[in-house]
Amino acid sequence: MSEPTQAEARRIAEEARDRIRFEEEALDLSDQVFRVARHLVGSREEAEDLMQETYARAFRSWRSYTPGTNLRAWLLRILTNLNIDRGRRQQRAPQMTSIDERGDYYLYDKLEAADGKPLDEERVIERLSQGSIVDALAHVPHDFRDVLVLVDIGEFSYADTAQILDIPIGTVMSRLHRARRILKGELAEEVVP
Amino acid sequence: MSRFAFGPCEQCEEMMQPYLDRDLDDDQRREAEAHLDGCADCRRRYRFEVSLRRYVRTAAAEQQMPPGLKERLSALRTPLH
Repeated sequence: MSEPTQAEARRIAEEARDRIRFEEEALDLSDQVFRVARHLVGSREEAEDLMQETYARAFRSWRSYTPGTNLRAWLLRILTNLNIDRGRRQQRAPQMTSIDERGDYYLYDKLEAADGKPLDEERVIERLSQGSIVDALAHVPHDFRDVLVLVDIGEFSYADTAQILDIPIGTVMSRLHRARRILKGELAEEVVP
Repeated sequence: MSRFAFGPCEQCEEMMQPYLDRDLDDDQRREAEAHLDGCADCRRRYRFEVSLRRYVRTAAAEQQMPPGLKERLSALRTPLH
């Protein structure tokens, strides 16, 4: 009679242990997830809201996470989906038509022309620091920014980024290329008035 | 025939981002490196691109998580019964 009850109790205890381990691992990653979230949305407040929604959903659906796989990517997949659900689609159409894209060397050429001499590394960082990376990124259209933030800031591979955003790897590469060009254009506007 | 036989610096611009992404095959990479070895202007541009990527990563990393957010996230955990 007591056998099923004991087995059931053991199962419940094991599940509670797994859940606690999952929650702790997810919380340990929260600063890294926030860093990416902050650059996907327009303000710190929005990023905080998005983090809370993400973690609430992650804690509810922890059973769908496969232990041993990339938990940071799993959390960011939830986060990017929620971000899209939060009405980004409304903004997408007009933004797609107003992309201001220059060549790969646009920023370099502008900085060099402003200085009147070849650029050295220290000078580059000094000039770039006069602008705001947050503002420059905010001007990159969402679809492109998502890829740039995940690859260049989140340091995800192309394959992980493709999985997080649920897009083909070729799309990751083409959006990344364009996103970097757009970002350089925005930085050029900021640091070379 | 070399990919750089015509307009070497234009070809270099085309290959710069894939080179930085380590996305070139061995032959293309060797060709890009040979050009960079011999072209001071492209070398400066390469160093600029490396610095820019590092700058984006480090400047972005300065965005710290707001105080108290981790506690608020922790409060969303399922309570133990």
